[in-house]
Amino acid sequence: MTRHDTSDIIFRRVLVCFPILILIIVAGILFQLIHASWPTLNKFGFHFFASQVWDPVMEEYGALPFIFGTCVTSIVALLLAVPIGLGAAIFLAEYAPPKIAKFISILVDLLAAVPTVIYGLWGIFVLVPFMRSTVQPFLGKYLGFLPFFQGPNYGVGFLSASIILAVIIIPFIISVSREVILAVPMVYKESAYALGSTRWEAMKNIVLSHGKVGILGSIILAMGRAIGETMAVTMIIGNNVTISSSLFSPGYTMASVVANEFSEATSKTYLSALIEIGLVLFIFSVIVNMLARLLIWSVTNQSHQTAKR
Amino acid sequence: MKKFLAFIFAVSVASVAWADGSLINGAGATFPYPIYSKWFDEYSKANPGMNFNYQSIGSGGGIKQITAKTVDFGATDGPMTQEQLNEAPGRIYHIPTVMGADAIVYNLSGVKTGLKLTGDIVADIFLGKITKWNDARIAAENPGVALPDVSIVVVHRSDGSGTTYIFVDYLSSVSPAWKGKVGKGTSVNWPVGLGGKGNEGVSGLVKQTPGAIGYVELAYAKQNDLTYAYMKNSSGNYVEPTLASVSKAAEGVTIAPDFRVSIVNSANAEAYPISSFTWLLIYKDMDDHAKGEAIVNFIKWAVTDGQKFAEPLDYAPLPSNVVTMIQEKLKQVKY
Repeated sequence: MTRHDTSDIIFRRVLVCFPILILIIVAGILFQLIHASWPTLNKFGFHFFASQVWDPVMEEYGALPFIFGTCVTSIVALLLAVPIGLGAAIFLAEYAPPKIAKFISILVDLLAAVPTVIYGLWGIFVLVPFMRSTVQPFLGKYLGFLPFFQGPNYGVGFLSASIILAVIIIPFIISVSREVILAVPMVYKESAYALGSTRWEAMKNIVLSHGKVGILGSIILAMGRAIGETMAVTMIIGNNVTISSSLFSPGYTMASVVANEFSEATSKTYLSALIEIGLVLFIFSVIVNMLARLLIWSVTNQSHQTAKR
Repeated sequence: MKKFLAFIFAVSVASVAWADGSLINGAGATFPYPIYSKWFDEYSKANPGMNFNYQSIGSGGGIKQITAKTVDFGATDGPMTQEQLNEAPGRIYHIPTVMGADAIVYNLSGVKTGLKLTGDIVADIFLGKITKWNDARIAAENPGVALPDVSIVVVHRSDGSGTTYIFVDYLSSVSPAWKGKVGKGTSVNWPVGLGGKGNEGVSGLVKQTPGAIGYVELAYAKQNDLTYAYMKNSSGNYVEPTLASVSKAAEGVTIAPDFRVSIVNSANAEAYPISSFTWLLIYKDMDDHAKGEAIVNFIKWAVTDGQKFAEPLDYAPLPSNVVTMIQEKLKQVKY
């Protein structure tokens, strides 16, 4: 039986306090959000999530346009970011010469560290005029038969906001996917080459299928980031409470409406409605992050198990 | 042990100095912040020992804080509603300090400042009923102006604001359709349009988007060289938004004694119709004698001597009839 020193016991007990503190904070946030949004939870109930009306004067609130906006911008951002991020990660892990790989990895980390407000400013002054004058008319002309590319073209809107979000989340996808690809044991790839597979076949059948859970985890993590992004999106999305099938249309996200309207909301119902949107956002983010963590844990466990064999 | 005692001693001395009643805290509207800053500065020079601290957190914040009594005075661009007044622990007075206005700004190539618009037309534009700049109704007000065949892009505020309140107050008073469908408040359910955050956001969107129309504070429009419209007032005159025409909105018209009055669409023939007061919020019965006296004396100075600082900062000064009413009202404040 091991003998424990008193200092060890105290050390362990003090350490245990810190994770408990984190749990208390998270539980506290959840409790406070539910408590503060109780008036509208009670008053509107499920109708809050189905209504499209956001009227502070008549005190009628519905969160559907914001949930729609958050989902659309996140999904389109992922559609744009995943091919680019994954492609870059594969290049960096497999094809790039070591010096270039290192240099680009540093750049990617720098990109991830840039405050997102800067992306918002770049968006307003560079991206939006470019979208309005060049990209959106082009898309409208050639792909205008699709409902996604119809309607008036303002520059600001779902498409521009999704592009900014994609730029923000690409570094996350690159970093994590690259680690996952590098974690595939060399012996698998060498066996594939020994059996005569091409680089592409080895990549597709061995590396990606081995790392797919981890890569999926990185994608979900990036989605969690995109869901919560506030300032960059609110500058670019047009802040219009609508649900539209067109990507050219301006819209609104949950994080944006809270950031815009919270400081001037004086009536109890108004505040409560905004806090309820915050609650929905909180729960979304928690679920998305938990999913990502679980997936990434499972892949690192898998690779430990295969290494032991 | 000695260090600890010395620290306690230092803290208690500091806190006594801190509790000295000559620091007066206020919070509220962002619109009058420049003129209030100037006033605090000038007043402290004339009355050393008087220090003011003002946080421009927005009209909503000002109302919340004065109701909670965390500040000594509040400031707002939109008057408090009866419900908000009922929630306060005491009776709150609204004291107008300066006047401001909303300019209707637009981005239309070939059309300079001075496009003539009426309240009816602006309301229908913001309701989405008028969608093209060369609409017959706009052309009828502007004979001789070449209006291009461009779609109108409406821009409004995405954040709640007193600037919005003045604008929708005006639209509600000139357009029954607007009043029924949207109403007035610091945040409303805009039927159409893009939202920009702050005056900067709206002016940025208007400047960048051809065919855009929006509303910003007059001071902002002037300082940033934006193109703005001349509005038709209630007497049928097209009035340019200037400091003089804004002041006229409160001249010679009946002002309610509690000052919680809207002066949009003023009856004065020379008035700019989208004008408004900005108010300080103080309690009728002040808890602290020294602070109460200081605040009342400051306000007396601000509405008389302080008004000369208003015009250089692009604020419209109060007309003399309102100043007289304010001086009467201040006599009722007890400290």
